[in-house]
Parts: sequence; structure tokens; C-alpha cells
Amino acid sequence: MTPGEPLIRWDWIARNLDAIGQRIAEHVVLTGIAVGIGLLISFALSIWIVRQPRWYGPVTWVTGILYTIPSLALFALLIPFTGLSLLTAEIGLIGYTLLILIRNIVSGIQSVPADVREAALGMGYTQRQVLWQVELPLALAVIIAGVRIATVTTIGLTTVTALIGQGGLGYFILEGIQRFFSTPLIVGAVLSVTLAILVDGALVLVQRWLTPWTSARS
Amino acid sequence: MSFLGSVLGWLLDPTHWQGSDGIPTRIAEHVVLSGLAVGVGVLIALPIGVLLGHTNRAGFVAINVANIGRALPSMALLALALPVAFSLGLGLGFWPTFLALVPLAVPPILTNSFVGIRSVDRDVVEAARGMGMGEWGVLRQAELPIAAPLMIAGVRNAAVAIVATATLGALVAGGGLGRYIVDGLARQQPDRLFVGALLVALLAVATELGFGLFERLAVSAGVRNTSQQPRSSAAATPR
Repeated sequence: MTPGEPLIRWDWIARNLDAIGQRIAEHVVLTGIAVGIGLLISFALSIWIVRQPRWYGPVTWVTGILYTIPSLALFALLIPFTGLSLLTAEIGLIGYTLLILIRNIVSGIQSVPADVREAALGMGYTQRQVLWQVELPLALAVIIAGVRIATVTTIGLTTVTALIGQGGLGYFILEGIQRFFSTPLIVGAVLSVTLAILVDGALVLVQRWLTPWTSARS
Repeated sequence: MSFLGSVLGWLLDPTHWQGSDGIPTRIAEHVVLSGLAVGVGVLIALPIGVLLGHTNRAGFVAINVANIGRALPSMALLALALPVAFSLGLGLGFWPTFLALVPLAVPPILTNSFVGIRSVDRDVVEAARGMGMGEWGVLRQAELPIAAPLMIAGVRNAAVAIVATATLGALVAGGGLGRYIVDGLARQQPDRLFVGALLVALLAVATELGFGLFERLAVSAGVRNTSQQPRSSAAATPR
């Protein structure tokens, strides 16, 4: 950003390909852990909510408040207790996936037509079989839609975790700001957006592959 | 002394309540920056969304712009705004942050005002026309009041995202409550860090709840009580 300096210095990119690859890998791992564990927690809570619907309100209220808290503030609130650690980053990132995932899993299961459920029960399915063999497969498209939103959001939020020393593509943005050097700034920003778009596209393919009937119908 | 004790001590220290780094100043900076960004976002996005909704044009773009906005990380926006602000000679601090915040406001407001206007029952619009209303009358007396809850929800989502992202302005030497977090991290002062985080979190939640209250006051009772009213489907994107 000094006058006369080009906006992007390609030689910097060429010299730092290894570092770029490493930061992309960190970013993917941080996001993967968050969405994976977030999905497990949301899944357990959603199954419980479907059985005990009166808890839906309180659970979405709490996860909604969590969702509203700015990421940098949430990380900062945790630092005095869990330090500048991976745990701090992941507690925050996992927290942000819950609202969307729980909403989509619950509404996916609830949107299964009552006659389908009753037909399965009439055929002698147990509650557990109805859940795994009827409700979840039918809810899968809505669940994956939730996973897409949660993943894209997490990839964006993971850029902030560089501030608490956990790497990822935000590291380049931070480096660019601190050194007044636009090349890493732009590399970090462009790669995180590109990563979000690519992963979103990949999840669309996963959804088509897992639920072929949804595309055949439309 | 326990950690929470030291946080309380920091909060009760009168020197932290005055001067340019005092809590009232930082809150004011945060609110003014966020308010201006939301205001400019509304001025840009609301007319476009309403116009596209009323004329039913460019629906695909208007609906998908929100998803594109979701994929734009706040840090990336700040990163891209910094060279722009610099090449315009606007320096550090307020302007690069402001330039990063406005694009965050546009997608949720545009999409929600478009969807709000489009989701007005066509029979209602026809009835308004049949009563002799012109385009302007249909918009002002039928479409806008019915679309109001969704439009307010769009502005609310934008405001929450902006209050959150304004925190990052401290990274580019901006003011606001993010100062306490960034300085607390840099100087390894956990009490300053924690107070800053707490205030930012409270401000974000207050923004969310404040808009909920505003919606109750601004939306006509007849609209609020109809059950067909589409609720805002997507919550704000955490920032």
C-alpha cells in the first residue's frame, strides 16, 4: 500500500506457495472439526427436541443468543479461561454452527408427512427404525442445506481465529494489515471466499448423490 | 484476586470511564460507526429491493445476493477495504472500516425487502388496484405495510452483522469497543480484553432485541396478527 507498490506482487505468491498450502490446510481442518462436532451435538439435541418439542423454544433461544455474539468477542470472552488455544477457537466455531443445524434437522424431521410415519409404524417398524430408515433419509436434503450454510459461515469465521493464533487463511490478512502489504491481504481474502464457494459446490454434489430423488422430482 | 474480581475492578476504575479511551467514548464510536453504515446500507439497498420486488424483476439476483453476502467473511471485507481506502487517500481507522461495513448491510436488506414485497398476497395487490390506487398507492398502502416485518428483519440482520464487524475496525487503528479487545490481546491484559468482549456482546444482543421491539411498534397490528406473514427465514450471519 506504499505508493508505487503494485497491489499484488506475484513473486511473493510464488515464493510463499508452501505457506499458502499450509494455511489452506489449517483452514480446512479448523472448519472440518467445527462442522463435524457441531453436527454431532446438533443431531443429538435435535433428536431430543423432536421427542420433547417444548424444549425447541429454549434451545433455539440460547443458540440464537450465541449466534448473535460477534466472533471476536466470543473468542475474547473465552481466552481468560481456555487461553489462546485450539479449544477456544473450536468452542466458538462449534457454537455458531448449532442454531442453523438444529433448525434444519428439526424442521427436516418434522416435515416428514404423518402418513408416511404411520405407514412405517403400521408395517411394524420400531421408533428407532422409523427415525433411521424413514425420517432421516427424507430429512436429508434439508439437513444438508443446513450443513451448507453452517460450513460457509464457519469458513468465513475461521479467518478471525488467526487473531487468537490458530492459523488459517486469516493469518495472511493479519500479516497484510500489520506489514501494510496488500499482497497477503488479498491472497487471504480471495482464497477464503474461493474456499467457501468450492466447498459449498462440493456439498451440493454430495446432496445430489445422497438424495437423487430430490433432483429427479424438480 | 479472582479473575472476575479483577474484571470488576477494571470496570469500577473511574479512569476507564473518561477520556478518549473511556468506555462511553468507545461505545459512542462503535454506535456512530455502525449506525452510519446501517443508514447508508438502507439508503442503497432498500429502494433497490422494493423497486425490484414491486416490478418483479431480477428475482434470481435479488434472492441470491444474500447467499453471496454470507460467503464474504468480515475479515476479507476489511482486508479488501484497506487498500481501497488507502488509494483514495482516506487513511486508517474510520474509513476503511466504514467501507468494509456497508457491503455487509446491502445483501440482507436487499433480499428481505425484495422477498417481503413479493410475498404480499397478489389478491391484496389486485384489490388495491381495483379500489383505484395507482402504483404509488399500491406500494405505500398495501405492499410496504405488509412487507414491513421482513424488511425490518433484514435491517436487523444487517445491523447485528455490522455491530459485530465494527469490532474488527480496531485492527486497522479504528476506534470503538474492538479497541479493548485488540489492545487487551496485544498488552496481555485479560481484564481489558474481557470487558471489551462483554460490552461488544451486550451491544450486539441489544441491537437484536432493540429491533425486535421496534418491529412490534412499527408493524401494524392487523399485519402482525395474520398468521400467513412469512417470518424471516434466515437469521443474520455470525461475524
